[in-house]
Amino acid sequence: MTRSDFVATSIAAFCLLASAAGAQAQSSVTIGMQQEPTVLDPTADATAAIDTITAHNIFESLTTVSESGEVLPALADSWTVSEDGKTYTFDLAEGVTFHDGSAFDSADVKFTFDRAMAEDSVNPSKKIFQPIDSVAAPDADTVVITLKDPDAFFLFNIAQGDASIVAPETAASNKTEPVGTGPYKFDSWTRGDRLTLKANTDHRDHAPEVIDTVTFRFVADPAAAVAALMAEDIDAFPGMPAPETLEQFKADPRFTVAVGTTEGEIILALNNAKPPFNDIRVRRAINHALDRDAIIEGAYFGYGEPIGSFFPPHHKSYVDLTGRYPHDVEKARALVAEAGVAGEPITLRLPHFPYARRSGEIIQSQLAKAGLDVKIENVEWAFWIDEVYRNLNYDMTIIAHTSPNDLNNFARGPEYFYGYDNPEFNDLWERIRTESDPEKLDALLKEGQRFVTEEAVHGFLFQLPKLGVYDKDLSGYWTSSPVLFAPLNQLRWN
Amino acid sequence: MTAFLLRRFATLVLTLLAVSAVVFAIMNVLPGDPALVILGIDSTPEAQAALREQLGLNAPLATRYLDWIGAALTGDFGISYSYDLPVSTLVLERLPVTLPLALAATLLMAVAAIGLGLFAAMRHGRPGDWGIMVLSQVGIAIPAFWLGILLIILFAVTLRALPPGGFPGWDEPLAAIRALILPAAALALVQAAILTRIVRSSVLDVMRLDYVRTARAKGLSRNAVYRRHVLPNALIPIITIVGLQVANLVTGTIVIENVFSLPGLGRLLFQAIANRDLFLVQALVLLFAAAVVIANFLVDIAYVVIDPRLEGRLE
Repeated sequence: MTRSDFVATSIAAFCLLASAAGAQAQSSVTIGMQQEPTVLDPTADATAAIDTITAHNIFESLTTVSESGEVLPALADSWTVSEDGKTYTFDLAEGVTFHDGSAFDSADVKFTFDRAMAEDSVNPSKKIFQPIDSVAAPDADTVVITLKDPDAFFLFNIAQGDASIVAPETAASNKTEPVGTGPYKFDSWTRGDRLTLKANTDHRDHAPEVIDTVTFRFVADPAAAVAALMAEDIDAFPGMPAPETLEQFKADPRFTVAVGTTEGEIILALNNAKPPFNDIRVRRAINHALDRDAIIEGAYFGYGEPIGSFFPPHHKSYVDLTGRYPHDVEKARALVAEAGVAGEPITLRLPHFPYARRSGEIIQSQLAKAGLDVKIENVEWAFWIDEVYRNLNYDMTIIAHTSPNDLNNFARGPEYFYGYDNPEFNDLWERIRTESDPEKLDALLKEGQRFVTEEAVHGFLFQLPKLGVYDKDLSGYWTSSPVLFAPLNQLRWN
Repeated sequence: MTAFLLRRFATLVLTLLAVSAVVFAIMNVLPGDPALVILGIDSTPEAQAALREQLGLNAPLATRYLDWIGAALTGDFGISYSYDLPVSTLVLERLPVTLPLALAATLLMAVAAIGLGLFAAMRHGRPGDWGIMVLSQVGIAIPAFWLGILLIILFAVTLRALPPGGFPGWDEPLAAIRALILPAAALALVQAAILTRIVRSSVLDVMRLDYVRTARAKGLSRNAVYRRHVLPNALIPIITIVGLQVANLVTGTIVIENVFSLPGLGRLLFQAIANRDLFLVQALVLLFAAAVVIANFLVDIAYVVIDPRLEGRLE
């Protein structure tokens, strides 16, 4: 090596080091979250924060879902569906390994599904697996799943965190030491403070631009969340709990405010099983009494789209039914009087969610104008889920249903907390669920929306918005969420 | 003295037993099923039943309580339902945050209150006294969580001098101490405001007594009078209040840890109750109860140290 060669090489090496150091400096991101997971296994606990952190980051499923809700390949490279819509044959991605170095193959998929379908399974979304008849692994790269009936949502459902593919050796310890196949590996967790993931450089989709270290910081208090962003302690807060603070971030050039939608339909749920809500006139009166724009303005500072049925406005099969029961206090009063329930005491039990507590009082005053005497009771989540949800011990409540494709809630029979039981809708749902033709499915979904609106099963309020605040140099995040998870491997520093 | 210590220890054990029975009973009467909290509203009844079986929730209440007591005596406080980890692991993880926080807040409260209270009493009726009285009134009126937010806005957002929340762990001692300054201050200042007023009035009461006038009359300097006659006698009511305030500080950590996103015991208790995580709630409430009982015990000891005449109380 000549002297000039040496100098040139040194300079090149130095530049390389310098650029590497520069990349290193920008190669971490800190994301704020309000809710902290309790464990890290999405197949064992329904806490939404578990899916947000682990699904399609640490773990992968056979399929995944894009920001627009389209089903895409993940651990399954491709698949074919039999003529009768009952047999799915998945061709698995090759060369995939779990984070502990062990190989991934069809036996892991079979194990995962058998475990979730087993009698003693504690999978929080066991109903995803209920249509499955059997799972076979004819060879290492192929999995055949046979359904009892065709299932229109099967490929979408198995993309969820509840269907994350786990290895038999590590399934039991995933709660605290998750081992998946995803683009990020679990690194460390200081419970109550932060959780760190590191990029999995062996992942088949790994690219040099993938952010190396992702730290989740758990900030429960809305004011503390604002402070942490302002102090640049946190780079992103994808689920801002306080909509009133967004103006401040919009005015600050350091941040981007992203307002998107979620799958969460916020409803004023009515206990259809008991008076006065077993009377459709009362339910319709409530829908006429609600002024959705005022609720959205007062409770969510104008963020959020009004809904007239139980379906997300961003969905391609959405029909706008907000005009079915226009805001009309006179009509509401008349219906209330006709049903003879004016002045009867009604309790509105509110869970801890900001959308519920914030909407509750506005709704109380709107219903008062229609002649309904509503008393508010704030309850905590464990109380709500036991008393309201399981024991149907309530008159009215406010809740967001964040699962996708959940029109089936109205077909869940009299034990479900809606207390709504209508064989006609059960039939309709059965037709929706088993329809494999996209056009017919579209028509049926529209029929389903019209059905529940016509029945005025609940007061349909608005679609829960996704309110995010991000460092302006950060890109690649999802503005809207069709699912509970949020992939990290598209995040980039500009 | 030995008899006193034994009696105190017996009180501690009986208090903890009573508290554990009450917690067990309340957590079972309270609506809310841990299995349902864990599995959420889309779960099937079969999965809920399977999880209840796994968590051992189907055994009779008395059996579960006795099993728990038996295991707790051997140092096994059970497995947390929601975290799926031994309760002792979870508690020990959090102790290094809450303990230093509570101690720092206690110290800060005592030093600030005794200093300011004494200063106000010595300048009784003058502007210094008025100023401190007005400030302490404001301090009493401000809730600790709000003061915490104000401190964050000033020191973390505007001045960027201290972190707005979170805890880096004791591997980085300097950063850890910096993380605890604002929460300790938020916790201490409100309590200090109350204590300042007690110190001031207690000192003023003693200053009006005859022996103080005599001490002054025999030619002792003002400072010597305060040091030897006023302060020791004024301390008895002050110590009593401090004992009560330690209990407030311990429970105050629940709120402050939330505001500052600190991974401490208070925040863990908050989550444990929300999740109906019985064994975890049990262990944490017992720990908090023990802290209060021990604080009261230390107050009793302090009485004797300050005023040997009270030693009779210990027999």
